[in-house]
Amino acid sequence: MPETILKTVNINKYFYDPVKFQVLTDINMQIDKGEFVSVVGKSGCGKSTLLYILSTMDTDYEGELFIHNSSLTNKTDKHLAVIRNEHIGFVFQFHYLLAEYNVLRNVMLPGIKRGKYSIHEIEYRAMEHLKNLDMQDQALKLPNQLSGGQKQRVAIARALINDPLIIMGDEPTGNLDKKNSDMVFEIFNNLVRERNQALLIVTHDPEFANKTHRIIEMADGRILT
Amino acid sequence: MRARLKQSVIAGVGVTFGIAMFITLLGFMNGLNTLLDGLMLNRTPHVRLYNEIKPSPVQPLSLSKDFKNHVNFNRSVKPKDRGKEIYNSKAIIAQLKNDKRVIDVAPKVTAPVFFNTGSIEITGVVNGIDVNAEEHLFKLSDYIIDGNLQDLNNENNTIIIGKGLSEKMMVKNGDVIQITTLKGGMIGLRIVGISQIGIAEFDNTMSYTSLRTAQILLGESSAYITDIQVKLTDISDAPAAAKEYRARFGTDAVDAQTANSQFETGSKVRSIISYAVGITLLIVAGFGIYNILNMMIYEKMDSIAILKATGFSGNDVKWIFISLSLIIGIVGGLFGLLFGFALSSIIDMIPFETESLPTIKTYPIDYKLMYYMIGITFAIVTTTIAGLFPALKASKIDPVEIIRGK
Ligand SMILES: Nc1ncnc2c1ncn2[C@@H]1O[C@H](COP(=O)(O)OP(=O)(O)OP(=O)(O)O)[C@@H](O)[C@H]1O
Ligand SMILES: [Mg+2]
Repeated sequence: MPETILKTVNINKYFYDPVKFQVLTDINMQIDKGEFVSVVGKSGCGKSTLLYILSTMDTDYEGELFIHNSSLTNKTDKHLAVIRNEHIGFVFQFHYLLAEYNVLRNVMLPGIKRGKYSIHEIEYRAMEHLKNLDMQDQALKLPNQLSGGQKQRVAIARALINDPLIIMGDEPTGNLDKKNSDMVFEIFNNLVRERNQALLIVTHDPEFANKTHRIIEMADGRILT
Repeated sequence: MRARLKQSVIAGVGVTFGIAMFITLLGFMNGLNTLLDGLMLNRTPHVRLYNEIKPSPVQPLSLSKDFKNHVNFNRSVKPKDRGKEIYNSKAIIAQLKNDKRVIDVAPKVTAPVFFNTGSIEITGVVNGIDVNAEEHLFKLSDYIIDGNLQDLNNENNTIIIGKGLSEKMMVKNGDVIQITTLKGGMIGLRIVGISQIGIAEFDNTMSYTSLRTAQILLGESSAYITDIQVKLTDISDAPAAAKEYRARFGTDAVDAQTANSQFETGSKVRSIISYAVGITLLIVAGFGIYNILNMMIYEKMDSIAILKATGFSGNDVKWIFISLSLIIGIVGGLFGLLFGFALSSIIDMIPFETESLPTIKTYPIDYKLMYYMIGITFAIVTTTIAGLFPALKASKIDPVEIIRGK
């Protein structure tokens, strides 16, 4: 039986402003190790909202969330920060990099926060990830000296630095052209093949979704398939 | 978070300025205070023993056995002239010199006199002093602007007069002046020096002569003493010592604190003003830091969101901002101490020469370590508090809101 990485039980979420309104209804889903899952659905159906809950950044929901079979519902901010740091890699649509640090430092940051390895070790690992993404030449540049595709590769390297159980992405290719999107897909695909990495990617690109193992389709805050 | 270097530097400069002014102001104000206090205290004994003319505390009636059980009212009690002489002064001086708290004792004879010049009489005071003891206790020679203090010892019938007096009488070193006592005694004394203490009231009335000359002038024996001036190792013992001496020797005794209470008040007010101004400057600097950190948080919302998304907790973010303001506080504060010291040293070198303060050549500065300690402590405390609120705000930022906002 495959190893379960992430599981939700009856997650419901409401927004109260300006009026009470249910964004997510009875979300039950499960992602196993080595699975490459995409989430699709119309704009405004609640994909991002779901992803924020799954990534533990949003704690205001009903139901229960498990990562590696341990419940993350009603845990402290500190505990969740540790979970995010060690087990979840996040890639955004916009390239959230720290403008004042160079590429290498940006990749190293979650590793430094974790404090499991020495700075030297972290630097070595960060360089390895950058090499795999063909970014080793850019390591000492500042983020504003990179192209969009390059920035996204840095963000992916950063998501990988602590060997997370799962990588989540909210439209990571949404801002990229065809060529760069294909490259990002290839990177993800390699991670699945070579490291048996679990991936959960929200996308608007049907071509991208069709190449993944499984597609979760959402409409009006519910999972259809 | 290391960007905004320029803003951080500006915030730091605010602290530096505040601390530097605080140090300089305090050093300068207290330098002045010490100078003025010194001016007074160096010239006044810590404890002075003397006899006041006043009614006997025990009236004869109270001693009478017949009226012992009555309540006695005495009206029209007149002061009894015990004279201003301190009886048994030799024994008292010997005992005082054995007291461990006492540095030295200087006996003195003071007498109101008239200085005669032409047909005019000027009222003044003659102080008959033990030259060596007076010099030891009060460094009197510092205030002799013309002539030599030791000449009082070396030659008989000599006098040193205050500068104001000499100007009024239009006499100079070497002249002979006539002096009349209240009882009519008259003597001619040769001027061997001019003194200037810097307090007009003194310089216009005071004159110094040897103990012996003063006793002769008053027609008294060599045991005649009107004041015993005592200097203690620690001036704060003075009130207690004065009380003790009053009981032990049966004379009046006044301590320097009581005698100069109005001076103390002046010093205190000056200290309070300088602390208030210094602390105000620091608080203003604190607001500067608060503002800059607040602005920084708005600019760095994205960075804070990333940090949180990648596993930094609210606490971590809070500490980043608190340490940032601490660094600003410590670095700014240390530079402040440095600049404060430099500024003080510059003021210390500015010439400050006035007629009335012959021993002072430059502006006085107090370099007490305390001020530097207070300065740095306050810098750290204000910057921490100023950083605390923005830091708490940053720690509460919801990353989801920021990421959604894009
Ligand atoms: N803070 C909020 N308060 C109230 N309503 C919100 C808030 N955030 C999102 N919504 C609403 O929740 C619904 C789901 O939003 P969400 O961002 O999850 O959609 P999405 O599926 O990611 O859309 P897209 O594909 O355009 O990114 C939308 O109707 C949106 O208007
Ligand atoms: Mg979305």
